[in-house]
Amino acid sequence: MTATVALETTLARIRESFGVEPAGEDPKRPLDIMHLVVSVPAERWVEFARFARDALGCLYFCHLTAVDWKAEGFEVVCRVGNLETGLGLTMKTRIGPTAACPSLTGLYRGALWMERECYDLFGIRFEGHPELRRILLPQDWEGHPLRKDYAVDTPHPPYR
Amino acid sequence: MVSSTDKIFNWARKSSIWPVTFGLACCAIEMMATFASRFDVERFGMVPWASPRHADLMIVSGTVTIKMAPMLKRIYEQMPDPKWCISMGSCANSGGPFRHGYHVVKGVDRVVPVDVYVPGCPPTPESLMFGILKLQEKVAEFQKTGKRSAPGLLTPDPA
Repeated sequence: MTATVALETTLARIRESFGVEPAGEDPKRPLDIMHLVVSVPAERWVEFARFARDALGCLYFCHLTAVDWKAEGFEVVCRVGNLETGLGLTMKTRIGPTAACPSLTGLYRGALWMERECYDLFGIRFEGHPELRRILLPQDWEGHPLRKDYAVDTPHPPYR
Repeated sequence: MVSSTDKIFNWARKSSIWPVTFGLACCAIEMMATFASRFDVERFGMVPWASPRHADLMIVSGTVTIKMAPMLKRIYEQMPDPKWCISMGSCANSGGPFRHGYHVVKGVDRVVPVDVYVPGCPPTPESLMFGILKLQEKVAEFQKTGKRSAPGLLTPDPA
């Protein structure tokens, strides 16, 4: 019962603050407090993250990744959670082929490495990140391997 | 009893192969199992050694990424001659299941010379020990010219 109430209040707060309709991860199933998906425009990305952290209590930054939609550009996907109420919130934002996205490092320390990884593998530049450099691949690597247009046989410098 | 010094030296070499412990991935677990009590490589005179300075065998067990390759090469170069190398498992042999990835060296023989390839994913301790025994056969034939084994020595035993 309380979970239902918490879900309804959360949905209402997201609707009135941002005017977007939260979806579930599976359209065939009813909305679940643990799997809410919200898409926001990129200019409200940081604003929504602050709302999720302060108003909804999502202090736990689970993960951040991206999706390459080829011609339509990239989509940054990030999941935050409230460990006390069990709320799980997946935030998505579409960014163009320019691959620039506001950084969440000002809100979540956990975003530091995850955004570096996203930059490393997708080439998305997070504006405002204090130290945006590669984290998994060598610093002199060319290209971003998880992009759809990355050829796997891209030559790399010989083993030193 | 008459023997050449080479034979005596090679007998000593093959009976005291010290492998540098270079585990990279899941194969390293099998390598540790081989070094542990059940399979006990100490009866071959082997001591898993955590430094390249006194080791004469490098067992490359696991996935070698392009980022790791320079360090692997450096460790191999720090080993004193004569030195040998066993490539353990599919990843080290050829890239294995990650061969079509973007970050894995397609066989450690692109970085360092390999003497014995142990197939498997992962090879069982028995497989690794078979590889070690095969390597001992090679070591027995070692010559200062760099020649490593007699022709046809490493062909499979006739059933």
